Amino acid sequence: MSNITDLKLVELVDKIKKKELSSAEVTIAFIERSKKSKKLNTFISENYDNAIKKAKIFDQKPDFKKKLPGIPIAVKDLFCTKNIRTTAGSKILENFVPTYESTVTQNILDEGGIIIGKLNCDEFAMGSSNETSYFGNVQNPVSENLVPGGSSGGSSSALAAKLTPATIGTDTGGSIRQPASFTGTVGLKPTYGSCSRYGIVAFASSLDQAGPMTHDVKDCSLMLEIMSNYDTKDSTSVEFKRENYLNNLNENIKGKKIGIPKEYRVEGMPKEIDELWEKGIKIIKENGGEIIEISLPNTNYALPTYYIVAPAEASSNLARYDGVKYGFRSKGENLIDMYEKTRSEGFGDEVKRRIMIGTYVLSSGYYDAYYLKAQKVRRLIKNDFDEAYKKVDAILTPSTPSSAFKIGEKLNDPVSMYLNDIFTVPINLAGLPAISIPAGHDKKGYPLGLQVIGKAFDEQSILNIALALEKNISFKNNITDWWIK
Amino acid sequence: MTIDLKTVKHISKLSRISIDDNKAKKLGKDLNSIFSFIEKLNELDTKNTEPLTSIAETTLKLRKDEIKSQNIREDILKNSPDKNKDFFVVPKVVE
Repeated sequence: MSNITDLKLVELVDKIKKKELSSAEVTIAFIERSKKSKKLNTFISENYDNAIKKAKIFDQKPDFKKKLPGIPIAVKDLFCTKNIRTTAGSKILENFVPTYESTVTQNILDEGGIIIGKLNCDEFAMGSSNETSYFGNVQNPVSENLVPGGSSGGSSSALAAKLTPATIGTDTGGSIRQPASFTGTVGLKPTYGSCSRYGIVAFASSLDQAGPMTHDVKDCSLMLEIMSNYDTKDSTSVEFKRENYLNNLNENIKGKKIGIPKEYRVEGMPKEIDELWEKGIKIIKENGGEIIEISLPNTNYALPTYYIVAPAEASSNLARYDGVKYGFRSKGENLIDMYEKTRSEGFGDEVKRRIMIGTYVLSSGYYDAYYLKAQKVRRLIKNDFDEAYKKVDAILTPSTPSSAFKIGEKLNDPVSMYLNDIFTVPINLAGLPAISIPAGHDKKGYPLGLQVIGKAFDEQSILNIALALEKNISFKNNITDWWIK
Repeated sequence: MTIDLKTVKHISKLSRISIDDNKAKKLGKDLNSIFSFIEKLNELDTKNTEPLTSIAETTLKLRKDEIKSQNIREDILKNSPDKNKDFFVVPKVVE
């Protein structure tokens, strides 16, 4: 039999249910491999001993009706996990141990999942390369000194390196899909309101969504099924009929109308990305799908809109870190001085930059010119999608405008870093679901992804289209375990 | 539009984040490059567009006003950097 860690999530579930593997065997296998992979810097906190204990308890009285029967899973360190330190990649939460569980991780626990650790991420999920984390940058297993994308960079790296059979991330402007694309893995951002935000360290509340990151579309469907539920603890959670995404998975896309937005052909985009897109279009056609040219005229305004809305919401959300009730506190001469020093020493540069942008656009005299303006443009961007969906069932685009870049390459140029999210940000602004699947390699051998965007609450369609693409592409990740001596 | 050093200092005050002059200069540079990128929005006429404040655009649900979490005082105080019995402690505010 092949290595346990080479198996995909659904395969592992199957083998545990058939008693070919025990939870302890599986859990120990992933933990042993994680221990040998410290060089990737994917874990911020390890929960190994506790996880093995739980796996052994599961094996004593296994419940095979669970969807994740004794399956070990590492999660992004943005989800509050009861009694397991949760840092959001920040010094200000370095010693924070939640006394409650986020809804999404609770759903995973309820289905028999076992949390083996907390994964690195950009500080407060603000970044596209995992370089803003207080706990250091993360290596992409694809090649040394390559960023794994961000902000869910620890998640994408751990998944691609097979340190966890599946993982979860959060996506505010592309933070699941871009790292998935950079590491040759699958990542899905659900419709806003599908997965509960309760217990997720807040960044920009009108954009944040949790979602699965997996090796393939099948695994992704299973994870989404588990993660998504209506939750009264999140006032923006939406009550809608959630499908049995895995059971309903169907690669037949005959007659599906797929839109190709002309505005996504950006200037200076590498030829490989264009070819990848053409490959996707060809597969859709060969499988009976219909390709329709569409226009999303306000696409170019999405990034500037995002860089007003997201920092504005972040500046409000992060006002709570004042060194009083929890988190890091610095010494000050008086209360105000304590606040200012705590926040100055506790936050990293990118977080401070975004808090200040947000504070500025919300400040007296500038609110109308920036924040209100951005909310109006956000309406126009959403209207573009509403118009397009009168003609098509889903939209196909590249996931990112380039493949993964080297560590340090874009750190001193915030705008160039922000441009990474050009294809993913509009989807968050419109609250839609989108999936990134690995679709090819560039000439350096780095993975590239295709993105399928769906109608609100129609995750099943994009999973089905992604499955059809996946079957025809047969992507293979060339990962050599270079980090294991 | 450019953001000068005085404005940067003012924003840092509003944000309750202390910064020294060197950092303020660097931040000013970053903010200017970000805002020149944001200015692009002014190309659009949005006079007749309603702002989109929430993507969920539903009215918030009402629920019964009942206590759900009880006896969690210790939990709430657990992560506090400084406490005294049942209180959070902060530097002296009243002289």
